[in-house]
Amino acid sequence: MRRTSPSQEPRDGRVRMGRAVRLVLLIALALLFLLPFYLLVRNGLSSDADITSPEWAFFPGELHWANVRELFEDPNVPMAHALLNSSLIAVLTTLGTLLLASLAGYGLARIPYRYAGAVLYWILGTLMVPAAVTFVPSFVLVSSLGWISTLRGLVVPTLFQAVAAFIFRQYFLGFPRELEDAARVDGLGYWHTYWKVVVPNSRPVFAAVGTIVFIGAWNSFLWPLVIGQDREAWTVQVALSTFTTAQHINIHELFVAAAVSILPLLVVFLVLQRSIVAGVERSGIDD
Amino acid sequence: MRRAALTKGRWSGRQSRTLWFWIFVGPFVLGLTLFTYVPLAWSAYLSFFDAHNTVSPTDFVGFDNYTAMLRDDAFTDSLLTFLVFTAFIVPATYVLSLALALMVNRLRRAQAFFRSVFFLPVACSYVVAALIWKMSIFNGVRFGLANTVLGWFGADQIAWLSTTDPPWYWLVIVTVRLWLQAGFYMVLFLAGLQRISPRLYEAAAVDGARPGWQVFRHITFPQLRATSVAVVLLLVINAFQAFDEFYNLLSDSRGYPPYARPPLVYLYYTALGQGQNLGLGSAGAVILALIIAVVTVAQARWFGLGRKED
Repeated sequence: MRRTSPSQEPRDGRVRMGRAVRLVLLIALALLFLLPFYLLVRNGLSSDADITSPEWAFFPGELHWANVRELFEDPNVPMAHALLNSSLIAVLTTLGTLLLASLAGYGLARIPYRYAGAVLYWILGTLMVPAAVTFVPSFVLVSSLGWISTLRGLVVPTLFQAVAAFIFRQYFLGFPRELEDAARVDGLGYWHTYWKVVVPNSRPVFAAVGTIVFIGAWNSFLWPLVIGQDREAWTVQVALSTFTTAQHINIHELFVAAAVSILPLLVVFLVLQRSIVAGVERSGIDD
Repeated sequence: MRRAALTKGRWSGRQSRTLWFWIFVGPFVLGLTLFTYVPLAWSAYLSFFDAHNTVSPTDFVGFDNYTAMLRDDAFTDSLLTFLVFTAFIVPATYVLSLALALMVNRLRRAQAFFRSVFFLPVACSYVVAALIWKMSIFNGVRFGLANTVLGWFGADQIAWLSTTDPPWYWLVIVTVRLWLQAGFYMVLFLAGLQRISPRLYEAAAVDGARPGWQVFRHITFPQLRATSVAVVLLLVINAFQAFDEFYNLLSDSRGYPPYARPPLVYLYYTALGQGQNLGLGSAGAVILALIIAVVTVAQARWFGLGRKED
C-alpha cells in the first residue's frame, strides 16, 4: 500500500474498518450456515429427553454413541436397506446419465447433421416442462409398464436429463479439434475417437456433471416417493420422510438416520469439491 | 465443417454421418421422448376423461376436468401459494447469494474455506433440512432453538408451523430453501464476478469512482446482468417445483393442512391420494406445465436472454 497523497490517509482507515466488518459478518454467516449441521449431529447423539427438554441446551448432557448402533439394529427402521437402495439408484443414475448425455452432447457438438438444430430444440424443450410436473403421467406410464417399486422404475425414467446433455454439448464445442484431427489421421471413426481420445481428455467435465447428478439422485424425493411405494423399495429420503410423519418415532434415531444419510454426500463433496464448483461455474447457463 | 469435407473414408459420407449422429444422440432422444413427451401427451389425453383409479378411461368429459380444476379453490389457492412463495424466496436468495459472492470474492485468504461452508448445504436434502427445521429449530412451543432464543429476550413462544395469523410458517418454509440453495447461486455469481475485466475497475478508479457502492452500482452490477438473468430464471422455475420442503415440513400423520399447499403438493394429493383422480390430476399438470412454459418464455424474452449484446 503505497500512499501517493495525504488525502488517502483517512480512506485507508475506512478500508481497513470495512474489511474487519466484512470478516465479522462472514464469520457470523458461516456459523449460521453450519448451525443446522451441528444440530443434526447434536440431536443424533443425544437422548430423546435431551432433544425435547424444555430447558434447551446448546450442548447435550452426554453423548450417546450407541444411537448409531441402535439405528441399524432397529427392526422397525429399514435403514440399511434404504441406504443400499439409495446407493444403487444414485450410482446407476450417475453412470447412465453420464453415458447417455455425453454421447448425445458429442453427437450434437461434432457430427454434422442437417437436423441437429431441431434435435437440440427437441431436447431443450423439455426444460420448460420440468420432470416434477410430469410426475402424474410418468407415474401412469411407469405403472402401466409394471415398474412400480422396481429399481428399473426408480432409475430408467430419470436417466434422460436435458441439462446434462447441454453441458456436454457446450463442453465438446470447446474441445480442441487438433486432438480429434490426429485421431482421424490415424483412421479412427467417430466411435473410437470418442472413446479413445475425447473421453480420456474430458475427465473434469465428467467429474463435475457426475457429482451434480449423484447429489441430485441421492437427494431426490418426489419420484422415489411416488414410484417406490413398497417398503422394500424405499430410498433413504423416503424412509426419513415416512418416519417424520409417523406417529411414534424415536427422535434421536431419526436424527442419527438423517446424519448417516448425508455422510456419503459430504465425503463425495469434500473429495470432489473443486470439480463440483467448477462444474457449476462451467455449466454454461449464464453465458 | 470445411475440414470434415476434405477428409476421406467413413468420415465423409453424409449417410454414414447421419447414421453416426443417431447412434450417438438417438438413445438419449428416444428416452427423453418416451419419459417426457409421451407422459405429457398421455397427460393431455387423460385430462379429457373421467379417470378415477384407471389409466385406460372410457368416459370422455371434454374440458370438464379443466373447468373443475380452475373453479377449485384449493387449486387456485395453490397457485397463490406459489406466488407468495416466489415473492419471498426469489429476492431473498438473490440478495443473499449475491452478497455472499461479493464478500467471498474479495477475500484474499480463506476464500476456499468460506466458499465451501456456504456451498455445503447444497449436499443436504430437503428431507433432512426439513427435519432439522421442523424438529430442532422451529418446533412447537416448549422446546426448540428458535423458541429458546426468543425466551432469552423474554418473548412469547411461537408454534411456528401452525400459526397462520401472523403466518409464521412462511418464515420456516423460506429459510429452509434459502439455506439449501444460496450457496449454489453464490457460486454462479462468483463465476460471473471473475469474468469482469480488472481494467473496468482501473478505469473506474481513474474516473474517481469511490470503491464500494459507486463501483458496485456502475461496474459490478451491470456486468453481472447475464448471470442475474440466469439466476432469477432458475429461481422462479425451481420455486414452481417446490414440493419436498412443503411436504416434509407440513404433513404429519394427521394429513396436510389446507394452508400453504403449493401446486405440486396439491397435484400429488389429487392424483395419487385417496381419490386417485388421474384425469383431474392430469388436467392440473397440463395447466401447470403451460403456466411454467409461458412464464419461462416470457421471462426469457423480457430479459432478452440469448440476445448477444455489447
